[in-house]
Amino acid sequence: MASATPAAEGQGVRFVRPVRRRSFTWLGLVPFFLFAALFIFLPAAFLVVGSFQGPDDQFTLQNYADLTSTEFIVGAFRNSLEISAVTAIFGASFGFVLAYALISSGTPGWIRTPFLTFAGVASNFAGVPLALAFVFTFGNLGLVTVALRELGIDIYSSGFTLYSKLGLEMTYMYFQLPLMILIIAPAIEGMKKEWREASENLGASSFHYWRYVAFPILLPSLLGTMILLFGNAFGAHATAFQLTGGTINIVTIVIGSQIRGDVLHNPGLGYAMAMGMVIIMAGSITAYSLLQRRSERWLR
Amino acid sequence: MSGGPAIGVRAPEAMQTLSGSARERPPGRRSHWLFLIWILFGALFFLIPLLSTILFSVKPKPWYLAYVNTFTDPKFFSSLLYSFGIGLATIVGVLLLLVPTAYWVHLRMPRWRPIVEFITLLPFVIPAVVLVFGLIRVYGSRQLPLLSAPFGGDVLLVAAYIVLALPYMYRSIDVGLRSIDVRSLTEAAQSLGAGWPRILFTIILPNLRVALLSGAFLTLAIVMGEFTIAVFLARPAFGPYLSLIGQNKAFEPASASIISFGITWLAMGLIAYIGRGQRGQTRTVGAR
Repeated sequence: MASATPAAEGQGVRFVRPVRRRSFTWLGLVPFFLFAALFIFLPAAFLVVGSFQGPDDQFTLQNYADLTSTEFIVGAFRNSLEISAVTAIFGASFGFVLAYALISSGTPGWIRTPFLTFAGVASNFAGVPLALAFVFTFGNLGLVTVALRELGIDIYSSGFTLYSKLGLEMTYMYFQLPLMILIIAPAIEGMKKEWREASENLGASSFHYWRYVAFPILLPSLLGTMILLFGNAFGAHATAFQLTGGTINIVTIVIGSQIRGDVLHNPGLGYAMAMGMVIIMAGSITAYSLLQRRSERWLR
Repeated sequence: MSGGPAIGVRAPEAMQTLSGSARERPPGRRSHWLFLIWILFGALFFLIPLLSTILFSVKPKPWYLAYVNTFTDPKFFSSLLYSFGIGLATIVGVLLLLVPTAYWVHLRMPRWRPIVEFITLLPFVIPAVVLVFGLIRVYGSRQLPLLSAPFGGDVLLVAAYIVLALPYMYRSIDVGLRSIDVRSLTEAAQSLGAGWPRILFTIILPNLRVALLSGAFLTLAIVMGEFTIAVFLARPAFGPYLSLIGQNKAFEPASASIISFGITWLAMGLIAYIGRGQRGQTRTVGAR
């Protein structure tokens, strides 16, 4: 592909320029491609090949069949999908309203600026310290738990526990919300004041404006960001590991146990699981970029 | 790309007085308070976990006991230093790898841009736990026992972190290169007799200062807290240390977490400081 330009160029100036010159240009990209080959493609290829291999290294599709028939693994995927979907939907809706509230002209700048800065920090604040912070807040002896208990509300006796799916979802919201705010804020800022004015001049109510103008314009960005949040939660490992001590049955945790020691008693199945994860991530990123492209039609 | 909060300001005030500002107001007034209440709830959700952690860290009898215990734990410093060193190595590695690549793509091989860009986005598709899975199986195997060699694990850890840093580092450099006229600068330098090292180090790099520094601090913030890859490669990094004391001790995890927040915030604060006056950019990486 790259040789197209130098080759075409070479036809006219063959007598002037030595052919050797060509080879130097692509050499500049060799380190990058070498690195990518060694540390991205080789490991990935290993997983791909392994996922199609049976116990005796023969080709098989059995691992992928087992993926859908092993109840434990189906449960892990179901839990991961559920947690990601719930935190994406709630994160996106709350985050959108929060971002809209922050950007609306009624909100003073001394609230807006620190909040948006904080969102930038909080969206990178995940993993072990985040899980610990939530244990200190909603754990058995957490600040909020104890405070509520003194008010006569014992959330733990009513069946709640932080070390569950619900607890994990609450914890994920801490990085999902700010991520939503950061990504959707430029889209909201891109909404032109003239659109509202034009619709009001045509007699539209606030509802009409949202229903027929603002919402359709924002929809691709909203959906796209929601998908990004989905992928974000789907790939998370450290937070879940620290919060539940590795006991919750989600895909990343199972893959982690599979790395430690073949808990599935079938290496190929572990590779197939990893591939399943990559496929879901690839699907969501593709959907995200398609929606992003669409949203650029109105919001440059 | 839209110039931050300035967009709302740009609409001239004259417009407001001309086109019925009376009609603009009513929806604003009522929702105004709802918005502020909503923001308050959001702020509480973000601040309470931080507050709880701070309160937990000062709960033992002399309030500073947990901090004293943390600071006198030799493992605390050794893991922090280890992660810092790995972070620096990652920054150097990713810069050495990406700056020449991005520059070369801009200058000579624009046709390869989509392919290079695609590769730098792969870490979004391959979660950290899957990446380390593949790395361990390839480099920890009997044929290629890099993991058992001295420094082998460190090299692998740095390589994995470089992979994690690729998406935003490349984007950052790419945006930086787009904002300067690479071709003219290079040609001008060449016609004045500069060689490649001189062009890269004294002309291109200084122009990318902001992009590179903010990317570097973000890398540092991420590496300092990273857990998944470090723990599976069995490296004595800060993330695994924090995780371990989180399981074994009562108040020390709180004080160590506070210190770890402090590091993240410092790094992010430096990014904001360096990038002040620059166009707003979203800086985030995948979840951990």
